[in-house]
Amino acid sequence: MPTIAELAGQALQKDNTQVSPPSQAVIVARDLDLTFKTNDGPVHALKDVGLEIGKGDFVSFIGPSGCGKTTFLRCIAGLETPTGGEITVNGMTPDEARRARAYGYVFQAAGLYPWRTIGGNIKLPLEIMGFSRSDQAERVARVLELVDLAGFEKKFPWQLSGGMQQRASIARALAFDADILLMDEPFGALDEIVRDHLNEQLLQLWSRTEKTIGFVTHSIPEAVYLSTKIVVMSPRPGRITDVIDSPLPKERPLDIRDTPEFIEIAHRVRDGLRAGHADD
Amino acid sequence: MKSVLPILTIVAAIFLFWIVSVVPMNMHLTADQAQRDGLVVSPETPVERQAYSGIGLTLMNTGLIGRTYLLERPRLPSPHQVGFELWDTVFDKKITSRRSLVYHGWVTLSATLLGFAIGTTLGILLAVGIVYNKAMDMSVMPWAIASQTIPILALAPMIIVMLGAIGIQGLLPKAVISAYLSFFPVVVGMVKGLRSPDGMQLDLLRTYSASPAQGLWKLRLPASVPYLFASLKIGISASLVGAIVAELPTGARAGFGARMLVGDQYGQPMVTWAALFAAAITAAALVGLFSLIERWTLRRMGMQAA
Repeated sequence: MPTIAELAGQALQKDNTQVSPPSQAVIVARDLDLTFKTNDGPVHALKDVGLEIGKGDFVSFIGPSGCGKTTFLRCIAGLETPTGGEITVNGMTPDEARRARAYGYVFQAAGLYPWRTIGGNIKLPLEIMGFSRSDQAERVARVLELVDLAGFEKKFPWQLSGGMQQRASIARALAFDADILLMDEPFGALDEIVRDHLNEQLLQLWSRTEKTIGFVTHSIPEAVYLSTKIVVMSPRPGRITDVIDSPLPKERPLDIRDTPEFIEIAHRVRDGLRAGHADD
Repeated sequence: MKSVLPILTIVAAIFLFWIVSVVPMNMHLTADQAQRDGLVVSPETPVERQAYSGIGLTLMNTGLIGRTYLLERPRLPSPHQVGFELWDTVFDKKITSRRSLVYHGWVTLSATLLGFAIGTTLGILLAVGIVYNKAMDMSVMPWAIASQTIPILALAPMIIVMLGAIGIQGLLPKAVISAYLSFFPVVVGMVKGLRSPDGMQLDLLRTYSASPAQGLWKLRLPASVPYLFASLKIGISASLVGAIVAELPTGARAGFGARMLVGDQYGQPMVTWAALFAAAITAAALVGLFSLIERWTLRRMGMQAA
């Protein structure tokens, strides 16, 4: 028996999947289902997830642990295979999209190779994808500039702070010019001050590069501050309970977080999270 | 070098134990010799003396203690006797001489290094196979473990006889036994090292559509270097043991193993002990050398020594 909250969630989600015009959608998911088989029986990680992400959108996925936000991001990247429904990225399957270098992925930990310099780490995807040497050097310089790390190319990861390492890992994801950037709680392990700073930089990067960004987070202020679209999710089974299109302008100074509009959206996100939890 | 003092303390304790042990160990031989030299010994006949322990006999003949350190063919040579023999055969003999320990050392060392190279290569190849091939993953490790449960002393003569039967003699059979002992730590260490990258690192490579070969060269092999060095240090000393053991049962005429055997068979304990110490010093030097290479390599790779 679906609960009232679930029904409400599904109704909301149906409303919202039709918001962005289909011609611009780069990521389309329909009735996505994913069940993991575990020793304790099947775990329903995603259930009837439908979503469209338009070109140039900054979409945040927010929800408690186990709501499937990371799983959904991994489905987009082709790192997980859904057990039902369909998902396309740039009109292709996630696997095809990956081979077409459609996206760069940023993980929670920077995951830089300690035996490579920062420049060497950014070259890693370029070497694997077979870019020429001169092209590699030029791209490394360009993305380091983009994340404000120019001059750190020859440093080793341990010589950089956690925030700088995460910026280097973003540069690594940007190096091969993917149009989509998928970020799985990239700033989750950093302290709040560094996080604010990186959020600001990420918005600047987004407006300069016009990438489409999928961003998983635990933090309501982070989601509201960054996103043009906020996807609220709930656990057991993992599903979308609300999709909020942010009315905030593209230009966002940090103190936008004190405006009534910001607080109102944050409030709606919190309500959505609470509704998802009502059946616990 | 904080560890110098504790190490020296242990070494001093071992030497002290050794020096004290020489007296009771050699007392029966010393008493026999002293009696032949016309000294008064109690009890008076060798048969009566056999009834006493070394310590008991020492207490009855305290005047003979000094002589226990000077026997020509002692049961337990004293440190200075071993030291003289070692010095004499390492520095005072021409290194081409059959009495030179440097000559014998090189014979054993060349087999050790060849065997170590074979064993390490084999170990790395097996580890790569285990990590990348499901069938090898299921099948190789039990055999590798079983191979190490067979006493090498039982196996060594068979290997040498069989290789000899097909015309392979000299360096290679010894190297094969060295390799047999040294591949195992490399397999164990490298399997662990190649599997050390976490799921996130592997996912990252998947997002780049990297091939398995690229994953091996760019991630798994560099990540396994600290594990490899830990294995190499065990492997090189196992190789040396293998080469010496290979010299024992076959009547080899050169090498540390041959020297130990000669000392035993011709009643020259100093020769045996000097060869034993030379082998131990060689092993320590090899392990020390690999520690230095490890530190240098890991520093260059930006990783701390494990």
